[in-house]
Amino acid sequence: MAKTLLEKIWDAHIVKSADGFPDILYIDTHLIHEVTSPQAFDGLRQRGLPVFRPGQTVATADHNVPTLNQHLPIKEELSRFQVDTLTKNCAEFGIELYGLGHPFQGIVHVIGPELGITLPGKTIVCGDSHTSTHGAFGAIAFGIGTSQVEQVFATQCLLLQKPKTMKIEVNGTLLKGVGAKDIILYVISQISAAGGTGYFIEYAGSAIRALSMEARMTICNMSIEMGARGGLIAPDQTTYDYVKGRKFAPEKNDWETSLAYWKTLFSDEDAKFDSVLTFNANSITPMITYGTNPGMGMGINENVPSVESKTQSEQLSYQKALTYMGFDDKMPLLGKPVDYVFIGSCTNSRIEDLREVASFVKGRMKAENVTAWIVPGSKQVELQAREEGLDQIFLQAGFELREPGCSACLGMNEDKIPAGKYCVSTSNRNFEGRQGPNARTMLVSPLTAAAAAVTGRITDVREMMETSDFER
Amino acid sequence: MKKFIKLISTTVPLPIENIDTDQIIPARFLKATTREGFGENLFCDWRYDANHETKSGFVLNDPMYSGKIMVAGKNFGCGSSREHAAWALQDYGFDVVISSFFADIFKGNALNNGLLPVQVSDKFLNRIFTNINQNPDTEIEINLENQTVTLLENGEVEDFEINAYKKACLINGIDDIDFILRNKNLIEEYEESRKA
Ligand code: SF4
Repeated sequence: MAKTLLEKIWDAHIVKSADGFPDILYIDTHLIHEVTSPQAFDGLRQRGLPVFRPGQTVATADHNVPTLNQHLPIKEELSRFQVDTLTKNCAEFGIELYGLGHPFQGIVHVIGPELGITLPGKTIVCGDSHTSTHGAFGAIAFGIGTSQVEQVFATQCLLLQKPKTMKIEVNGTLLKGVGAKDIILYVISQISAAGGTGYFIEYAGSAIRALSMEARMTICNMSIEMGARGGLIAPDQTTYDYVKGRKFAPEKNDWETSLAYWKTLFSDEDAKFDSVLTFNANSITPMITYGTNPGMGMGINENVPSVESKTQSEQLSYQKALTYMGFDDKMPLLGKPVDYVFIGSCTNSRIEDLREVASFVKGRMKAENVTAWIVPGSKQVELQAREEGLDQIFLQAGFELREPGCSACLGMNEDKIPAGKYCVSTSNRNFEGRQGPNARTMLVSPLTAAAAAVTGRITDVREMMETSDFER
Repeated sequence: MKKFIKLISTTVPLPIENIDTDQIIPARFLKATTREGFGENLFCDWRYDANHETKSGFVLNDPMYSGKIMVAGKNFGCGSSREHAAWALQDYGFDVVISSFFADIFKGNALNNGLLPVQVSDKFLNRIFTNINQNPDTEIEINLENQTVTLLENGEVEDFEINAYKKACLINGIDDIDFILRNKNLIEEYEESRKA
């Protein structure tokens, strides 16, 4: 029978399937971090259970860590305690930890792929919703709650219903100045922050095929922002080339065997999806969000939608969102001054993002009214950025290249946006208070963020790009 | 896990759509390493101002409303996968959340912790809100066995869906780990079969 990509991987991981019960699904790789694991370790202790397969779990510290002076003890007491608890738990239960100071430390969704832990055909889970990022490799990857973290610790399995499948096809060629982040913000703005609920999404179409692995990760990363369980993209040569030679990627004979298997990982021609949506790449412009969920996005040249355009039941929430943002309906956002620019998070903190920003800001200077933070996704990204001299470009342009972590994406460490301030951010969530109490977040691509940093205002990056920029 | 069979309670209404987990429990409270105590900070930014004074307009600060059932607008629990949202609601004293739509992960997390998400139609949700509006002491009965929600005042009732397996877990007070561990030999067989 014809199968979708999701079904092929799912079926290969079923330990037990019985009518009326969820499947017992085998989990290949479990990634953990300091925030959602302590209660799960606690649960194990209470039950008197060990970690069933400690070798298949990898830990890092990312959510809470400072992005300056990581060599010093963490100042904030609760954060330090949580990070220390992770260290102790990993030692007690025999789990590999890439903690602060380790050359592999970084945001959990950045290090998995760059270390070759994330591979096609795998099942990968983590107590963090943006685990969907790893789906870019053609893996089933999704976020789980802490009870499920405990479940994977105890059994290396999860009890799950097979999700419905949705195919999102993006065809055609992207316009100048438009990138993966714009594609995904566009799709979410079209189908709303709940439009993918209950589905697992497969992204397909010529515009997706043309993307690099980094860009594909940006797309899959935000699947969760339309309510989907996860998103994935069938592996192809771009995937194999990215994976080959990475630290934990298969080698020699194993590589050949793996490759042969990976080449079977695609949705069969006549496979049935529960839903199919198609978009045109050339109708996408640089995007920006104006509200307090990622579905509230628009083309950067557009005006904030009118209150009347919303249904009666939506109007109250809509008005509340605009009030929070300090925006009026029908107003344009172009030209609006910004206070902070944050380039980072598991959506856009990989080396390609940093290179893109560097090539744009090279020879330019950030506006005086703007504080600009660049937070690399991992120690390896940071190192590479320094080796390529990107740090110098950033420094000269007035940007600060910090040390890796989640940082202002969720403001659990000191990197918070002050109340009422506007932050143009490459992260994935613009919820109320996400970047700090009463902080106002506008989600954009790295290029649009860089342009806002340089002009100090919301800017259509295309107007600042040289012809030569487009030829890259 | 605590058993859940039937509940009759007054409610706390929150007629706002798309309430995300960052509102339910802001990220800065996720630094705890145990499951208890999150109730104190449930809806913190809506409950308290910057000086931690209670905001009078918010329903949790309104003595008119109390109970073990929260009634919330559509798409409740969207956003981050943090299970802390379910813990916070439970720790505060809720056993049930009624809405016309729940975000997926939140729903799973809630069920895994014995917090029952009850999804009703938009129409029934509006009926509930109207009733509570007219009478803050409105009582609702949740019957898990029969899968019904009833407005006790006037007997209006609607069925709700729940996965049969999850229902059995709640009624018997067992959880997923208990269930999977009964199949440990199959897990080991599966691992062997993949090595071959
Ligand atoms: S960078 Fe942001 S979205 Fe990504 S894992 Fe960290 S907190 Fe979550």
